Amino acid sequence: MALFTRAPKAEPILGQNRVIAHVLALLTWLIGLLFFFPLFWLVLNGFKDELDANSSPKLFFDPTLDRFSEVTEDTTGLLSFTEAFGNSFWIVLISTILVMALAIPAAYALAIRPMRKWRDVLFFFISTKFLPIVGAIMPLWIIARDLDLLNTRAVLIILYTAMNLPLAVWMLRSFFAEVPNELIEAAQIDGCSLMGQIRQVILPIVAPGLAATALLCVIFAWNEYFLAVQLNPVEGSTMPVWVASQESGRGNFLAKLSAASVLATLPVVIAGWVAQKRMIRGLAMGAIK
Amino acid sequence: MAEVRYEAASRIYPGTEIPAVNALDLDIADGELLVLVGPSGSGKSTALRMLAGLETVNKGSIFINDVDVTLKPPQDRDIAMVFQNYALYPSMTVAENMGFALKQAGVSKEQRRAQVVEAARILDLEPYLDRKPKNLSGGQRQRVAMGRAIVRSPQVFLMDEPLSNLDAKLRVQTRTELADLQARLGVTMVYVTHDQVEAMTMGHRVAVLKDGLLQQVDTPRELYRRPANLFVAGFIGSPAMNLITVPVVDGAAQLGGLSVPLPDDVRAEVARRGLDEIIFGARPEHLALADVGASGEVAVVEELGSEAYIHVRVVHGQETEDVVVRVGGETAVKRGDQVSFGIAGATHFFDPGGDRLDGE
Repeated sequence: MALFTRAPKAEPILGQNRVIAHVLALLTWLIGLLFFFPLFWLVLNGFKDELDANSSPKLFFDPTLDRFSEVTEDTTGLLSFTEAFGNSFWIVLISTILVMALAIPAAYALAIRPMRKWRDVLFFFISTKFLPIVGAIMPLWIIARDLDLLNTRAVLIILYTAMNLPLAVWMLRSFFAEVPNELIEAAQIDGCSLMGQIRQVILPIVAPGLAATALLCVIFAWNEYFLAVQLNPVEGSTMPVWVASQESGRGNFLAKLSAASVLATLPVVIAGWVAQKRMIRGLAMGAIK
Repeated sequence: MAEVRYEAASRIYPGTEIPAVNALDLDIADGELLVLVGPSGSGKSTALRMLAGLETVNKGSIFINDVDVTLKPPQDRDIAMVFQNYALYPSMTVAENMGFALKQAGVSKEQRRAQVVEAARILDLEPYLDRKPKNLSGGQRQRVAMGRAIVRSPQVFLMDEPLSNLDAKLRVQTRTELADLQARLGVTMVYVTHDQVEAMTMGHRVAVLKDGLLQQVDTPRELYRRPANLFVAGFIGSPAMNLITVPVVDGAAQLGGLSVPLPDDVRAEVARRGLDEIIFGARPEHLALADVGASGEVAVVEELGSEAYIHVRVVHGQETEDVVVRVGGETAVKRGDQVSFGIAGATHFFDPGGDRLDGE
């Protein structure tokens, strides 16, 4: 029994169904392109002059990197590119490590040694996501102010950890539940301690699931804007806030804004691209049984 | 080397009333291969897992070498287990799988390697030591699971249906190899299977379980010759024993036209308890076609080449019963024929409750 099986190669479709298959494929591509187009236009705009970007839609133009250097070098906003990038990097990294460190034991307990009413516990985790964040921002702001955490990176690390934890526990629990019980029993008989069972037997099996979960946490934390702009709008803030700060009251600088957006999106796109295979394997793990 | 003893050991799963294993008493000698056999839900696997320490023993105790292990965790019992699905660690190579327990025990790398290679040699696994389990065939995986158990030289080997994932031919072959290996290593082994043929061919002794209760434990031959009750009689032996409720008239069991005189001790017991109906049992191989006896129409012929099993539809009181009779391969009997048969071997008699009437 292979634990993970690769999806089989698509079989060539024969006969009448072939036409339908081609039409469907074409339709899929069209819909896909429709969704992709705004992003494409954004990237294109980032390489234009402001004049080209603001005039009637232009597909052909002289590409320039000037907007990218403008946004990375200038500090028109409150926050430079390097500062914002550094803040985002550390906030995302630390919060994701914290999420995983807390979610792995929780998921182990829920999946492998469930106690009575474990379903209620699991529901409690996800129920913390029911409240719209807007509804919680006022008390959050007051607590942050009283604890002297406004405008610090710490407040975002804490909130992003809390924000991603329920999701990570849910995802990891379903991956852990896939580990055959006999493997854990075999490890027990082989004299493996609890930590040993987790480290040497369980984690290697759920590694793709861990990667997928961690990547999702990274993406959500990287893209978070609302909490960042409310609680930490100034020195310690993150890339999404930096992008917004590129908006100017002095007129429409569409090309500049596009360049900033591209820079903000790029790390997530690259991370997603690199982790694509693992991530799909991880997300598909639950579908094997 | 070890002896194992169950003393009135019970397992009651939370939320259930009826014990999965009910007051099991069982002694397993040093170097013995004891098979636990029974249909699904009989508690055989639970009994094994209680010995492994993977199930709580709710009542009674379990001893290994006169040491009470009832409350000990699996790692402190010095046992090795082979699981039905082998439970090989997918992220480790064959060598790592086999050496895993030694690594946990803090055995040095060189020593570990030496022991793994030795076990691999016994099991013909040497060429595969660096492969991952997913790159092995079912039979090879089974041997790795065996190897993982052997490497540790534990007190007791526990086998939970280790052959049921193999195809029929490989299963028969591995069965022999396993019994041979157990004899060579001289190790105590407890083996769980639902397959009575496997139980009979491998076990020094066989313990038959049903609904969590031990029905009988004895050598394969004694189980076959003197099943203690109706369940064992029907479970052991292939094809199964004919078991028919018959009236007793003048100290003889009446089946169709056949009158089977009861042995003295059975007759005495029947008279003492005033039974007018008993259950008569005879294996197909202990019946034979005859000129006089019970007669009926042949309903089915199962041809096996060297022999054939014919199902004779006997009119018996108000009912008809199919009685299976073994005949030689050369016998020309076909469906629809009228035949008669008589007793040509051992007979068994059980009371309506299912207990053997000439019991000790």
